[in-house]
Amino acid sequence: METLTPGGTSNKSPGAPAAEADVGKRFKKQSFWRTALQQKYLYFMSLPFIIWAFVFSYLPLWGWTMAFQDFKPAKPFLDQKWVGFKHFVELFSDDRFYLALRNTLAMSVMSLVVGFIVPIIFAVLLNELRGMMFKRFVQTVSYLPHFVSWVVVAGIVTKMLSTQGGAINDLLVGLHIINEPIQFMAKGNWFWYIVTASDVWKEMGWNTIIYLAAITGIDQEQYEAARVDGANRYRQMWHITLPGIRTTISVLFIMAIGHLMQIGFEKQFLLGNNLVQEYSQVLELYALQYGLQMNRFSYGTAISIFNSVVSVILLFTVNGIFKRVSKESIM
Amino acid sequence: MAAPKAFNATRGDKVFDVVNIVIMSLVLIVTLYPFLNVLAISLNESADTVKGGITIVPRVFTFENYQQIFQYEGLVRGLWVSILRTVVGTLFGLASASMLAYVLSRPDFQARKFTSIFLVVTMYVSGGMIPIYILFRDLDLLGTFWVYVLPGVVSAFNVIVIRSFMDGLPYALQESAKLDGANDFTIFWRIILPLCKPVLATIALFLAVGQWNSWFDSYLYNGRHPEWTTLQFELMKVLQSTQQGGSGQMINANDMAQKMAQISPESIKMAITIVVTVPILIVYPFLQKYFVSGMTLGAVKS
Repeated sequence: METLTPGGTSNKSPGAPAAEADVGKRFKKQSFWRTALQQKYLYFMSLPFIIWAFVFSYLPLWGWTMAFQDFKPAKPFLDQKWVGFKHFVELFSDDRFYLALRNTLAMSVMSLVVGFIVPIIFAVLLNELRGMMFKRFVQTVSYLPHFVSWVVVAGIVTKMLSTQGGAINDLLVGLHIINEPIQFMAKGNWFWYIVTASDVWKEMGWNTIIYLAAITGIDQEQYEAARVDGANRYRQMWHITLPGIRTTISVLFIMAIGHLMQIGFEKQFLLGNNLVQEYSQVLELYALQYGLQMNRFSYGTAISIFNSVVSVILLFTVNGIFKRVSKESIM
Repeated sequence: MAAPKAFNATRGDKVFDVVNIVIMSLVLIVTLYPFLNVLAISLNESADTVKGGITIVPRVFTFENYQQIFQYEGLVRGLWVSILRTVVGTLFGLASASMLAYVLSRPDFQARKFTSIFLVVTMYVSGGMIPIYILFRDLDLLGTFWVYVLPGVVSAFNVIVIRSFMDGLPYALQESAKLDGANDFTIFWRIILPLCKPVLATIALFLAVGQWNSWFDSYLYNGRHPEWTTLQFELMKVLQSTQQGGSGQMINANDMAQKMAQISPESIKMAITIVVTVPILIVYPFLQKYFVSGMTLGAVKS
């Protein structure tokens, strides 16, 4: 009984196996209901939230049926008219849908690539800083934008890029790179870059947390051995630090691909405007505009379903590939 | 660990250090400048701001912008709604996540497997915007405070983070309490929760920041019910209304916002931005050590 403390419990073999096994044996004949009664407090603690999750996470799934009806909000469910795949057919023949799909994919791939590489570089460089105080300070500051809402970030980005006293334009004009201010927010072909850059600005520091934790796990003797062998700092980064966090990088990369389609729409909503709509409209915004605001609930739901189905397929494909490559599952 | 100044620091290494410090300083400037700029503009006299050229020091210092925005009734009310939702949402979220985590950390719990799968599914499947909207309408929640709190109460991610922390606690503690006749809830409340303070602080921070920062629920569910709009939404209206016909105009932008927009020059907008941002700036550095460990814990598990 002294060996009960489960130091490193894994989720498969949970804590206190010895004691539990004992108890289990003693009450083997005990019926299901008697155990349930004994565990009544555990049920009291979980059941309300299970019901809660059912209502707010599972019940909306029922709403997917709307996509196959000509849904009228006032009518009860049984009186709705079923129309099969009509709304999907309409969707797939709508040019605006393909535009929204293009924009979704473009921005998600851009922020996947840039938003993935920059934090790794930042984490590795941060790790090389000698002064602990300075390192701490840079870290703390770099987390800051993560905690600020997209409303504020969009306001800041708009301010920085504005033609009237925006810092970026002032800087570019001041350095004589451009002759007159660029109307960044009004030009559609800038939009994707602006979104990606804002995303990196906001999340770069935050995304280093996990890499920095992984870097701390690297054996320090490796660095000393490398130094004795005359490896300079670049070689140490390239041959020790990066390989040391390789697994972390690949797991996070795969998870990121799995969430490729779920880029959200906050940035696009807040940074976009009518002038750049051709580049800013993503699938979810499209669902919002053509579904909710025009009361075309069925059509909007069809868009959401398309998005979810593609996401799930992506997630499973990526997970399957990952499983085969590394014999591990991330789900 | 040791050897900060390596014994054979070559010239290349020194160059590297200098370059690295320069890069990091640039990161600092790029991150901090926009905030300082906004702060300076918010403290500058509105009429003077129009002339432009303000960097990080106000030219004509004044608190007038702040006095003005607090006369705007919508903003003050929004501030209260935001504070309320942050407090209530955080408490509900903490209660649900910690209880579910405890139940899942008990290897002997009958419904453990079911509960666990039931929760994980919610991480991957979502009904989507419109079905959720219809559900809220059917439940008569539109235009109430509860649209902010209810949907976010159960979060599988938070449960996983707390649970992996609980798994690291010695089980013997619970065993001895049980022998003393304590029931499961008492064990949870008296023994487990006090030990979980660090991870609870992390989750509380995540929940609070999430509540404070969200604006879309306010826009979508309460956009036509001004009595329950949040501070972020009010800021959004003011910021968007003059941005070359921002997408916020798609909705019937509130009359109040229109009025506000006409009389809200740069400095006023920036003052609101500061009011919205400052609470977070004050809180997060103190909780840094908690959320760093919390993030790592969550990443290891999921």
